[in-house]
Amino acid sequence: MTALGDTRQLAYIAGQASDARVNVELETEGMTLNIGPQHPATHGTLRVIVKLDGERVVAAEPVMGYMHRGYEKLSEVRTYPQVTTLVNRIDWLGSFANEVPFILAAERLMDVEAPPRAQWIRTALFELSRIANVVLFLGDMGVQLGAVTPVFFAFRDREFVLNQIEAVTGGRFHPNFDRIGGLKDDLPKGWIEETKGVLGRIRTFCDEMEDLVTGNEIFQARTRGIGVIPADVGLSYGLSGANIRASGVDWDLRRDGGVGLVHDQLDWKVWTHPDGDSFARYWVRLQEVREACDMVDQLLDGIPSGPVMAKVPRIIKVPAGEAYVETENPLGVMGYYVVSKGDLVPYRVKIRSASFNNISITPWLLEGTYVPDVISILASLYFILGDIDR
Amino acid sequence: MGSVMGSMTDTLTLAVELAWWQQTGIRAVVGLLAVLLPAGTLVYLFLFKMMSFMQSRLGPMEAGPYGSLQLLAEVGKFLQKEDILPRKADRVVFKAAPFVVLISTFLLVLVIPAGPDAWFIDVDTGIFLALAVSSISVIGILMAGWASSSKYSLLGGLRAAGQLVAYELPLVLAVMGVVIQAGTLNVQDIVMSQANGEIFGWGGIGNPFILTQFVGFAIFLVAVQAELTQPPFDMPVAESEIVTGYLTEYTGLRFLLFFIGEFATAGIFAALAATLFLGGWYVPGLDPTSDLFNVIGPAILLGKVILVAFLIFWFRFTYPRFREDQLQQLAWKVLIPLSLANIVLTGVLKVVF
Repeated sequence: MTALGDTRQLAYIAGQASDARVNVELETEGMTLNIGPQHPATHGTLRVIVKLDGERVVAAEPVMGYMHRGYEKLSEVRTYPQVTTLVNRIDWLGSFANEVPFILAAERLMDVEAPPRAQWIRTALFELSRIANVVLFLGDMGVQLGAVTPVFFAFRDREFVLNQIEAVTGGRFHPNFDRIGGLKDDLPKGWIEETKGVLGRIRTFCDEMEDLVTGNEIFQARTRGIGVIPADVGLSYGLSGANIRASGVDWDLRRDGGVGLVHDQLDWKVWTHPDGDSFARYWVRLQEVREACDMVDQLLDGIPSGPVMAKVPRIIKVPAGEAYVETENPLGVMGYYVVSKGDLVPYRVKIRSASFNNISITPWLLEGTYVPDVISILASLYFILGDIDR
Repeated sequence: MGSVMGSMTDTLTLAVELAWWQQTGIRAVVGLLAVLLPAGTLVYLFLFKMMSFMQSRLGPMEAGPYGSLQLLAEVGKFLQKEDILPRKADRVVFKAAPFVVLISTFLLVLVIPAGPDAWFIDVDTGIFLALAVSSISVIGILMAGWASSSKYSLLGGLRAAGQLVAYELPLVLAVMGVVIQAGTLNVQDIVMSQANGEIFGWGGIGNPFILTQFVGFAIFLVAVQAELTQPPFDMPVAESEIVTGYLTEYTGLRFLLFFIGEFATAGIFAALAATLFLGGWYVPGLDPTSDLFNVIGPAILLGKVILVAFLIFWFRFTYPRFREDQLQQLAWKVLIPLSLANIVLTGVLKVVF
């Protein structure tokens, strides 16, 4: 018995040893790849350190801060009207939307309310900047997956939206148009008609993207089932905007927030998608651009008459207090926590920008994916570097 | 382009005797023309103009009429640039890589006839030779990827190697149908058999093999797309993922060589497709043995090249790219079985008819 048992045991040990030897021989050294800070895919200076086994990602870590411009600190030495110039540059594709929550916070502190006309125009510009922002994503996603053509269409049609924003505000990228208590100016003559034409173009663009991108088999093969974010994980990482709506969470501050914009007086719906993958994120954004077009249409039809500026003192001193206002910006929830000590300048401004939270899910999300999917997932999360680093 | 050449090798048809160095000189010039002219045409027509129009812009307009001299300006720009060698690069291999790729291109052009007597070499294993030399470029790309000592280049080079090896097979198998139908590997004879062929006894337009080998044509185009590492198969140079893959560290002249090599190869593969499937230098209505084809043959071939290249570049500008595993799946699970079925069917029909 002992002899047999010994042989078996010896054979077992020998088998284990040879297995271990093979494992050691086959084990390959991992490779650390720096995607960024200078890299064509990150459109900005995000650095993602990925540890690779072959082309499979073992670990990924986003490194932020290469573009930190210190807006929160700078705001403390700017008067309230001057702060909008800074925060314009946070999400530089939809700049007007950055001003809105800050102005709303300041208005709440001062207890002023913008006249209805200003609120409607403000909401229209807010939605136009959403279009200007997300349209570029719809094209850029193609570039990240290797199709160059969509982004040119995006730039072509975005140009018309920028023209409309410029016609009202005088600035294409950084309008700096929102004021505490209203807007700087009224709409120029003929603007409403022109904007309706532009909205038609954007709708055509959305149809084109449906043909060119979402209907493409390769695009679907590259995005469906890739980078799936379950709703609870997304919520626990603080995702917002289309990223969380693509995971099936029906949450939109334009409907649920109740801040000083007039979305509640419009007829629109919040789009969600149950899948939570890259394709769902693209699809939800595509629908949101369409929805935004419809919203602007309704806003243009319903702008009430009246002044665009409430009675506000020339030199703005905000009474002591604190306020937090968040809105549903193009990239997700953007909030400003403003603390005032009754001065010309804010005592402290904390900016909650959407991309910072949206990108924080990447270590969890990228683990186990392949390098090409890293790019498509990052693209579908849709971050803007200025919005991450502020 | 090659018309002088063919006659040149056969001194009997030519009144003047030329010294060896003169012949060689003319060969070199005509060979360069045969590679660079289609490449330049493709770059201008498709990369500059067609791509621009598809993307609702004008493309180059300043250099020459409608920007037709833009390519020369670009070449001038590349020649002026500094030739940077990465410090840790394997110097010899790094420098040699673009030339290896270009050599493969130049060898490819040899087998393509441009008229009944206008060819560089007339070998009985022409197709075999073409497909064999086309795979030399893999070595060049792998050399570039490895020698750059950059992680992006390494990933790109390895991706390219995997991809080119996988698509070599459908490329060869797609051509087999044509070879079976023509009954020869000689490219000139394949053109002749198309020119002299009959469709159910009617010889009005010859018998271009695309009519019977359309499956082979489609597979050939897809495989060519992959061989050229163009979208939707451009993972080796995927600029949004691994910067530009094996090209990342190249600058100036060496980058230009890769660039020219890519477009020249596109032109030559298009010429190969035009020769094998569209009747090459032949157009219906003329006697295929007439001397006229030695003169107009190159132009006809170029026209057909542009036609085929249009298809290739159309895909390039429209589609996003696959992932490697999806690309390998397409090659091994779809294209290869399909081309094998095509071969079997062609063989059966060949015996039946």
